[in-house]
Amino acid sequence: MDIYLPIAEISLDVTVLLILGAAVGFLSGVFGVGGGFLLTPLLIFIGVPPTVAVASSANQLVGASVSGALAHWRRGNVDLKMGLVLLVGGILGSILGVWLFGLLRRIGQIELVIALSYVVLLGTLGGLMLIEGTRAALRRRRPGASRRKLHQHIWVHGLPLKMRFRRSKLYISALLPLGLGFFIGILSAIMGVGGGFVMIPAMIYMLGMPTSVVPGTSLFQIIFVAASVTILQAINNRTVDLVLALVLLLGGVIGAQIGSRVGSRMRGEYLRILLAVLVIAMAGKLAIDMTATPDRLFSTAVVL
Amino acid sequence: MRAGVALIAIVLAGWLACGAARGEPLAADLTSHLIGITSGFTGTSVVLFGATDGPGDIVVVVRGPDRDIAVRRKRRVAGIWVNAKEEVFVGVPSFYGIASSRPLDQIASPAVLAFQQMGVENLRLQLRRGPLRGEDIEFRDALIETQQDEGLFGAAPGKVDFLGERLFRTTLDFPSNVPTGQYLVEVFLIRNKTVVSAQTTPLIISKVGMDAEIYEFADRRGPLYGIVAVAAAMMAGWLASLPFRNA
Repeated sequence: MDIYLPIAEISLDVTVLLILGAAVGFLSGVFGVGGGFLLTPLLIFIGVPPTVAVASSANQLVGASVSGALAHWRRGNVDLKMGLVLLVGGILGSILGVWLFGLLRRIGQIELVIALSYVVLLGTLGGLMLIEGTRAALRRRRPGASRRKLHQHIWVHGLPLKMRFRRSKLYISALLPLGLGFFIGILSAIMGVGGGFVMIPAMIYMLGMPTSVVPGTSLFQIIFVAASVTILQAINNRTVDLVLALVLLLGGVIGAQIGSRVGSRMRGEYLRILLAVLVIAMAGKLAIDMTATPDRLFSTAVVL
Repeated sequence: MRAGVALIAIVLAGWLACGAARGEPLAADLTSHLIGITSGFTGTSVVLFGATDGPGDIVVVVRGPDRDIAVRRKRRVAGIWVNAKEEVFVGVPSFYGIASSRPLDQIASPAVLAFQQMGVENLRLQLRRGPLRGEDIEFRDALIETQQDEGLFGAAPGKVDFLGERLFRTTLDFPSNVPTGQYLVEVFLIRNKTVVSAQTTPLIISKVGMDAEIYEFADRRGPLYGIVAVAAAMMAGWLASLPFRNA
């Protein structure tokens, strides 16, 4: 059955959208990331205009992260103070990001920038995760390896404006989470992702937060950054398709709940290797599309 | 329904024929002046019929509302295909369709066809920065080709059929991706290779129903739409988490 998407101005099979939402939700449940980085390119593959895909993914992300964050909140795994500081940075970043998005769209380079950001970011992260996951899997075979410190102190921890984060047992400069939030806000606006796949490693390795509060806190701030991106995209670029977002959400939350159950039964390092392979495959597909000779050299766009 | 339309068409054609007999050389009308696009819209057609006061040829031109269109050419930069050059065409009809009773070149002289913009190749497409020259022709051809591929510029002219000597009819087809707005349907009566009479009829194409309301809402009240979209997503996320609360 086809459903007409009023903002994307195309008709798509509602079953395909539900399955897509459920599949991405399942993966996000298994791996504990938002899944926006998989959803946006998949939407583009099935024919949704990239600008609408990015903005509507942000919209569906609001719902998906509310669902996830609530589960963590009930277990007390959210560092509210850290979340709020990240949030301030995130909203500032999303304002810059949405402005940039509109500018790139007007000069006809937005599709290129979206694709390039995906290739660079997914390629790098996929590679790093693959190395890290393989190492961890090998280390497991050789017991007695050295234990890591709680967290490493590097130069960034010496910045001014120190702040105490009780829940994370940290005393660090507020500029760190602020800057991290800002960067992720920009990514969120341009790529339609929550940024969990950047945020989670950064929280663990850069901020040194305990792993237990990382997913909850990340999801908590993603709700608000994604909400800010959605509203700003609706105002500036009019590319938020509510019908598309809600259909994806419907499939997504069901998939996520099943996924989180499967994920808790699988071993961490194998999960990471699996996710890494998936991410690299995605980046590879996008890279091939960018370098392949296009069917036609000319494209047209209505000037607004 | 079909029979009804046919009946109305015959009655109207008769009335138009009386009008034509009273001295107006050309009279024509559409079976419908409004096309509503709903969520299940897969394209539609509208019948145009009319009468003349004697023998002659008929050309029908349908133009959608004008838009400015950017045409971009990709070039390979460091192995990646990027949009390298852009030309903006102003006042491009968002839809262009044509139908005639005989092949255009047999009906009128090239000068008349060009002046009346009959046929896609005779459309006067202008660049924002000035007249077309040199390699701009490439951009113009690319624009026409893309519009034709999307079914927005008729590739081949449709047929105007004469019923007897004075009554004529033709079917105007609109694809599913037809742009919305106010269209103009121009009907020309041509004798001895010159236009002797012309008539213009408006046609409105607009979105109707739920989808139209969402589109309008998003277009006119962006901030509120954004807030509603966020609230709806939050609501859906919260509702979805309820059945799994105690898991």
